[in-house]
Amino acid sequence: MNGMIRRYTDSERINHWIVAILFILSGLSGLALFHPATSWLAGLFGGGPWTRVLHPFFGVFTFVAFLAIMARFWHHNMINQNDRKWLTMMGDVIANRDAAYPEVGKYNAAQKLLFWTLVTCMILLFVTGFLFWRPWFAQYFPIGVVRLGALVHSLVATVAIIAVIVHIYAAIWVKGAIGGMTTGWVSEKWARVHHPGWYREVTRR
Amino acid sequence: MASLQSLDIKQRSATTTSSPSVRRQTEVSKLIDVSKCIGCKACQVACMEWNDIRDEVGVNVGVYDNPPNLTENSWTVMRFTEYENTEANRLEWLIRKDGCMHCADPGCLKACPSPGAIVQYSNGIVDFVQENCIGCGYCVAGCPFDVPRISRKDNKAYKCTLCSDRVAVGLEPACVKTCPTGAITFGSKEDMIEHGQERIVDLKERGFQNAGLYDPPGVGGTHVMYVLQHADRPEIYHGLPNDPSISPTVSLWKGAFKPLALLAMGMTALGGFFHYIKVGRYDVDAHAPDEEHEEEVR
Repeated sequence: MNGMIRRYTDSERINHWIVAILFILSGLSGLALFHPATSWLAGLFGGGPWTRVLHPFFGVFTFVAFLAIMARFWHHNMINQNDRKWLTMMGDVIANRDAAYPEVGKYNAAQKLLFWTLVTCMILLFVTGFLFWRPWFAQYFPIGVVRLGALVHSLVATVAIIAVIVHIYAAIWVKGAIGGMTTGWVSEKWARVHHPGWYREVTRR
Repeated sequence: MASLQSLDIKQRSATTTSSPSVRRQTEVSKLIDVSKCIGCKACQVACMEWNDIRDEVGVNVGVYDNPPNLTENSWTVMRFTEYENTEANRLEWLIRKDGCMHCADPGCLKACPSPGAIVQYSNGIVDFVQENCIGCGYCVAGCPFDVPRISRKDNKAYKCTLCSDRVAVGLEPACVKTCPTGAITFGSKEDMIEHGQERIVDLKERGFQNAGLYDPPGVGGTHVMYVLQHADRPEIYHGLPNDPSISPTVSLWKGAFKPLALLAMGMTALGGFFHYIKVGRYDVDAHAPDEEHEEEVR
């Protein structure tokens, strides 16, 4: 395609959207079990008992699909010196100011932090979820572990949901980003402005 | 059936507004005098008979406890402890009728995420409304006494109701009705405390210096109380908690954290929205000069 650069392959995009759909299902069903104000969300899943049955399965499938994403994008997310400098310029980034940013590769420092936040959250959610999964696993753990599991699960889920809200807004904010993940293509200019290091790398070939 | 006493509800699980509570009832309590119990298990029989539930026939595990633990079909179980009282140089057989304590501050209700699956009536009885139960087991995590049991058959939680159906029509619980020694009595909480104090005076006269009433303040008091010969050490009665309270882990999970988490999620989304309004999207075509385009212009 003229003036366009391939950012995500078909399988990367499909993988991303499988994780996205499952994460939303896990998140909504989890919120239904979390606070009275969001109890009504249980209706989306066929009522309370179905929500209780489905939520852990949504969670496990999210984790499995996320593992694939994690393996694909792990090496793009190593934090380097440029990232540390970039983070000090977050004020300029948020204000849409064109400043002398250090060179950004495939992902900028905020995207990398989001990646590692989600990696940590997913692992913790997966492990703690088993500790109070009824009727299959909860009875094998001492009550103190079950309680701690429930607390940590809800704390980490809150962090994960906030991280994903930031992720979704950032995709809306940076025009062209959603196109990258839906069609797989971004404009050359988009790549040059937002990810110059990555742009150099892919155009050198 | 929704809840049994629809106008007498003090608290309802996963509900932030007031429940129907125009009717105020006298707080009731069951008083179990451990020193009068002979371990006949008539209360267990009366419980299964009135509630019409039958447990699986199990096996003898070598002690008198039968069944060996509370189950979804056995809402009360006699716990037998052979206690060697070294001071008085004698063996004491401590028999405690275990079951729901009907806490004034119920951990099960606090933890329950399903609206109306657990209710507390104004008379103090904590009742599970099984048709609203979703089987998540949070009540098990919330309970400081390890009482609720989830049925493997229907994934609903069950426990002693303090015979809320009988009490609602002015009867005493089935276990109280049947107890042949008068070890279990039932009445207003006030009267039961008074009755307990009389029994404690009696026990002290008989040499039980540490006799006392078990009405633990950590859970706001209970609507099932014990008269214990050794109230200074409740744990010798088959692990009755010394100073029970809702676990701090559960309090944090189901207390302050819950609304703060929703607030944080909402504020993040709002923050994004107002960033959009104030700063707007970053459009590369409107911003950084396009090198190629510039060349063309020249």
